[in-house]
Amino acid sequence: MTTPIPVAAHRLTKRYGSLTAVDALDLEVRAGEVYGFLGPNGAGKTTTLRMLLGLIRPTSGDVRLFGVPPGKPGHLARVGSLVEGPAFYPYLSGLDNLKAMARHARVGDDRIALVLDQVDLTGRARDRYVTYSLGMKQRLGVAAALLKDPRLVVLDEPTNGLDPAGMADMRLLVKRLGAAGCTVLLSSHLMTEVQELCDRVGVISRGRLVAESTVAELRGDRTLRIVASPLPSAAAVARTLLGAEAVGVRDDGLDLAVSPARAPEINAALVHAGIAVHSLTVHERSLEQAFFDLTADSPVEVPAHA
Amino acid sequence: MLDDIRAEARKLLRRPAIWTLLAVALTVSLIFTYVIPYAGYAGGTAGPTADRGLAAMLPDQLVGNTIGGLPVFLGALMLILGVLTVGSEYTWGTWKTVLTQDPSRLRVYAAKLIVALLAALAAVVMVFAAGATASALIGYGEGAPMNWPPAADVLVGIGAGWLIAAMWTVLGALLAIALRGVALPVGLGLVWMLAVQNLLTLIAAPLLDWVAQAQKGLPGPNAGSLVAALGGGTDTPGVVAVVGGGQAAWVLAAYLLVFAALGGLLLRRRDIL
Repeated sequence: MTTPIPVAAHRLTKRYGSLTAVDALDLEVRAGEVYGFLGPNGAGKTTTLRMLLGLIRPTSGDVRLFGVPPGKPGHLARVGSLVEGPAFYPYLSGLDNLKAMARHARVGDDRIALVLDQVDLTGRARDRYVTYSLGMKQRLGVAAALLKDPRLVVLDEPTNGLDPAGMADMRLLVKRLGAAGCTVLLSSHLMTEVQELCDRVGVISRGRLVAESTVAELRGDRTLRIVASPLPSAAAVARTLLGAEAVGVRDDGLDLAVSPARAPEINAALVHAGIAVHSLTVHERSLEQAFFDLTADSPVEVPAHA
Repeated sequence: MLDDIRAEARKLLRRPAIWTLLAVALTVSLIFTYVIPYAGYAGGTAGPTADRGLAAMLPDQLVGNTIGGLPVFLGALMLILGVLTVGSEYTWGTWKTVLTQDPSRLRVYAAKLIVALLAALAAVVMVFAAGATASALIGYGEGAPMNWPPAADVLVGIGAGWLIAAMWTVLGALLAIALRGVALPVGLGLVWMLAVQNLLTLIAAPLLDWVAQAQKGLPGPNAGSLVAALGGGTDTPGVVAVVGGGQAAWVLAAYLLVFAALGGLLLRRRDIL
């Protein structure tokens, strides 16, 4: 018997009147992977996550978590989530908030101490939630997401409000979850975070999934950038060696669409031709650049805590 | 289900606003049922309720006195209890935190109603206890006969009081779900209970027969009729015998069930934004 796919959405659509927030979105997150979910503000990320979790009813389409559709018993039995920021009862302590959530989740109190420790909140657990800093609230949200010892964790901007140390802790936590075989669906503004943590990335723009691949595939092949003089002679040598289609001239240098492993060979050819090579660098497109290229028509998302 | 009830009980019992509501309910009940009438009686002041005199404050009037506030003033506090129990989940955005723990929406809703209705029962019992204490003190102080109502009458009174309180509480919960919050449901609920209901009774019903007939089916007049049937003074705001006690009890029970069902239906079908 095969294990059901953690997240499987087929032609998922949500319309609000004439506005289509999510448009026939297909999404599949495989067991054990850390999946990055990227998109500009208003692209439909949170609406999608809320539909996955059964908080919003799709207009059409199908969604299943571990093979179970929303509204059926056990849909979220082993799913933890933190969507659109933490939300708790302000008059209760962090501990009492988790106790209330643990009752709803049918989880024993032993898990509470464990998750508080995981997010480094044990020392302030008995303080009222309203007295928490933004970062502490965020960590309590993650603690609640981990209560059920989940096999799938859905995290929407989990590092929002965290200081650099807290962000590093959160990245470590996500890595540990991934290493422990937990599937993670991570929505984030921070490209470096996604680049560092995620196995695969899906990019959503205007409600549609415009790209889905590994981070490396999304960034494309690495290229060589050479600054040399005289430039026309350098370009001629490069075209002879690599073919015209692999050579581009930009500003005072050449962009060469070849493997960086050929750098010594190209350098030797240029030097042999009497061309002065000022610099030779490996150029790779950042995930951020890839993201902007894919979502060029969409408004750019600005991190809330930037 | 028991786990969800425990979770909801923890949220309710640790919430300062709930205890404030209870304190206000007890204070309002004692002040307007015993303290002010007694002050008027002791000072020999003439007024709209002065003719009832000492007899209206003695223990044998306990049932009517205690539930007399439920059609309007205490009922308004019960409506606020219902709104706070459910509506705060929208205000604080905590529905998503609760529902992603995997309880079904209807199970959480049922747990909320059960806990709120138990809180309403506790409030009614405490108002009875406070009223009993106040009437005993007045009776003792004035050397009046201490004739307590039969236990069966007290139990019927508590049951009727709970029915009225429960109906207002569930209406509050329904308004909170329909309007997804706290402020507007409380505002509209109070406007209905404290203003519109009185305007219908005092101005519209005497002028228009169809309004007078419609009164027989509205929750407020039925609550007032039930209280009147159990000895509540008709000089109390909202207490008026529009229909018989039995019919009033059935109508209130029907409202209770309809409000609860509508709230559940809305919560189940609508998106949690």
